[in-house]
Amino acid sequence: MKTYQLPEVKIERDKDRCINCLVCVRQCAFEAHKVDDEGEVYSEDEKCVACQRCVSLCPTNALYIKDNTPFVKDNANWTAETQKYIWKQAETGGVLLTGMGNPKPYPIYWDHLLLNASQVTNPSIDPLREPMELRTYLGSKPDSIEIEMVNGEPVLKTKLAPQLMVKTPILFSAMSYGAISYNACEALARASKELGTFWNTGEGGLHKNLYQYGPNTIVQVASGRFGVHSEYLDAAAAIEIKIGQGAKPGIGGHLPGEKVGEAVSQTRMIPVGSDALSPAPHHDIYSIEDLSQLIYSLKEATEYTKPVSVKISAVHNVAAIASGIARAGADIIAIDGFRGGTGAAPTMIRDNVGIPIELAIAAVDTRLREEGIRNRASVIAAGGFRNSADVIKAIALGADAVYLGTAALVAMGCHVCQKCYTGKCNWGIATQNPYLEKRLNPDIAAERLYNMVKGWSHEIMEMLGGMGINALESLRGNRLHLRAVGLSKEEMDVLGVQVAGSPMA
Amino acid sequence: MKTIDAKGMTYKELNEKVREVVASGEKKIKLINVNGQRYIADAIDKPVQIIIEGVPGNDLGAFMNGPTVIVNANGQDHIANTMNEGKIVVHGDAGDVLGYGMRGGKLFIKGDVGYRVGIHMKEYRDKVPVIVIGGRARDFFGEYMAGGIIILLGLNASNNSDSRIAGNYFATGMHGGVIYVRGRLEDYQLGKEVAVLEPDESDYKTIKKYVTEFAKDLGFDAGEILKSKFIKIKAVSHRPYGNLYAY
Repeated sequence: MKTYQLPEVKIERDKDRCINCLVCVRQCAFEAHKVDDEGEVYSEDEKCVACQRCVSLCPTNALYIKDNTPFVKDNANWTAETQKYIWKQAETGGVLLTGMGNPKPYPIYWDHLLLNASQVTNPSIDPLREPMELRTYLGSKPDSIEIEMVNGEPVLKTKLAPQLMVKTPILFSAMSYGAISYNACEALARASKELGTFWNTGEGGLHKNLYQYGPNTIVQVASGRFGVHSEYLDAAAAIEIKIGQGAKPGIGGHLPGEKVGEAVSQTRMIPVGSDALSPAPHHDIYSIEDLSQLIYSLKEATEYTKPVSVKISAVHNVAAIASGIARAGADIIAIDGFRGGTGAAPTMIRDNVGIPIELAIAAVDTRLREEGIRNRASVIAAGGFRNSADVIKAIALGADAVYLGTAALVAMGCHVCQKCYTGKCNWGIATQNPYLEKRLNPDIAAERLYNMVKGWSHEIMEMLGGMGINALESLRGNRLHLRAVGLSKEEMDVLGVQVAGSPMA
Repeated sequence: MKTIDAKGMTYKELNEKVREVVASGEKKIKLINVNGQRYIADAIDKPVQIIIEGVPGNDLGAFMNGPTVIVNANGQDHIANTMNEGKIVVHGDAGDVLGYGMRGGKLFIKGDVGYRVGIHMKEYRDKVPVIVIGGRARDFFGEYMAGGIIILLGLNASNNSDSRIAGNYFATGMHGGVIYVRGRLEDYQLGKEVAVLEPDESDYKTIKKYVTEFAKDLGFDAGEILKSKFIKIKAVSHRPYGNLYAY
């Protein structure tokens, strides 16, 4: 028995405007628009994923996608969604699968934190007229430095660890070739080069055409070891060991066989059509000591010329784990909060495992400072950053920089329909279908990414200037510039912030 | 041939020295008094020969891309981790997680090996990694295997349950490649993603090719080994978890 499920959305077609051009039919890979025997276009609401592709491309603006949340007898516990999930599983016995980040109405702490600004004393700075430094160096800093005088000139005697220099504290998050299209990867790579920042291959390997962007590329080494070889490590500016991902802490990944075409097969070294399985753990890492072994294996492989990052998801014991990672020799700790996106994750895990990135940043920064090792590793925060205000608040909480994943996809055209795992992305982003992939023009997508980061960076400069600060370095971990509204004492304690209205003591 | 005395050296000092000698154009290097130094031959991409006297530490030949490494002793864990090309021959036993994510080249172990050997090996067209184990293996052999060839000979195995040829969870999650075992395995030892098949003529050709090379390198009589019956283990599906999800 298959339970009839009312469609979640309703497609409305203004027949006065529709010219039967069939653009919507061609654009929808989910086949929500069809042509009948007489050549008339019609729609099937239940197939629509609300990605808005047809609405955006309809030449006469004849289409509207409207909310059609099915009515169920009023019940806060047994909502339409909870019932739908059970029916799906009662019919298949399967694990519920979804895409993108956690959409549930958990508290968004960014919206409970407010930034400071100067008034009268300590005047604000106008970044349009005065220098404002967003440049950040990511990597391990020494406990102290030694300087010697050579011919009367001071020379740095301490050998510094390798650093990544970013012109703005915004990097692009790991998204693999396989999960996203080649054009999407190319757009991220090109935008990174223009912006003076970095993109991250995820664990899908690096397509040979993208090696030219190596100086702006962070390559990932994950449990499946896809596409990892010495040229790949050599090409990169930094190497990231992926332990966990915010959308699915504690589990591995299954890139479905549908997304493994000829080119992905070559990059990942697995047969066409076979699932790309990433085990939950790295089988050579069962302890901090083992992690240290892989960190130094990668450092040996690249002769200590590149920073090594370790990415974990934000979980309950994140501060202690981060301390272990710093002590294991990582140069960068990347922490992905529970709103971090994914190409595919079990719904229950995405929506219920992990902790908010805001609390994780504060907990990690506090712990590393208390232990006197905050200098040993930079912290990159990830997981649902929506705008420049979230970014600057993260810096004030203690992050060195942030990773953008979902925001980058949205800049390229994504409408967050959460169907990445189907491989049918109508925007040409989360697909390997050549017909769909062509829709994403890498020139335009790179420009849109560039524009977004440029706009955010300028906003960050304005907000910094408003606080009377002229370098991002001076805000890092400076929680006095944050004040809380509507949070409990315990939440404020973890965040290390005071309630709004308390003085700058 | 250049000899490096590893006595008292940290792994960092030793590997720097090895890289220096490789860069100088030396084709054959002998490391003596090796005592647990990690990462030897890590990511070296020249077809040099490295002979190791003493026990090398973990991650021997990780990301290695071309050298031939001969270990005249036992090996430790994580040998040939994500190795791309080249050959490693160990004249003794070796530890856990050998050939993890191996992409090419050969790994020959004379004796027994530990847990999780050959995990997630891969292949693409003519790039096919090969592991041959002379002795017995522990649990999770060939786990998540996605490509390549593993041959398990069990030359010292017996019917005694303490010395069976392999442990449990054999080839769990396997979805590519092939494993040949000299002898037999019980059903309960096997992962549910694989089937046991009778090797055909072309399989025996493959077995012969690599067993002959292995026997020559390690001083066995290939003819004697090849007299035995082999079984072939292959994945039932390229998509072992394709039906896991409710779409």
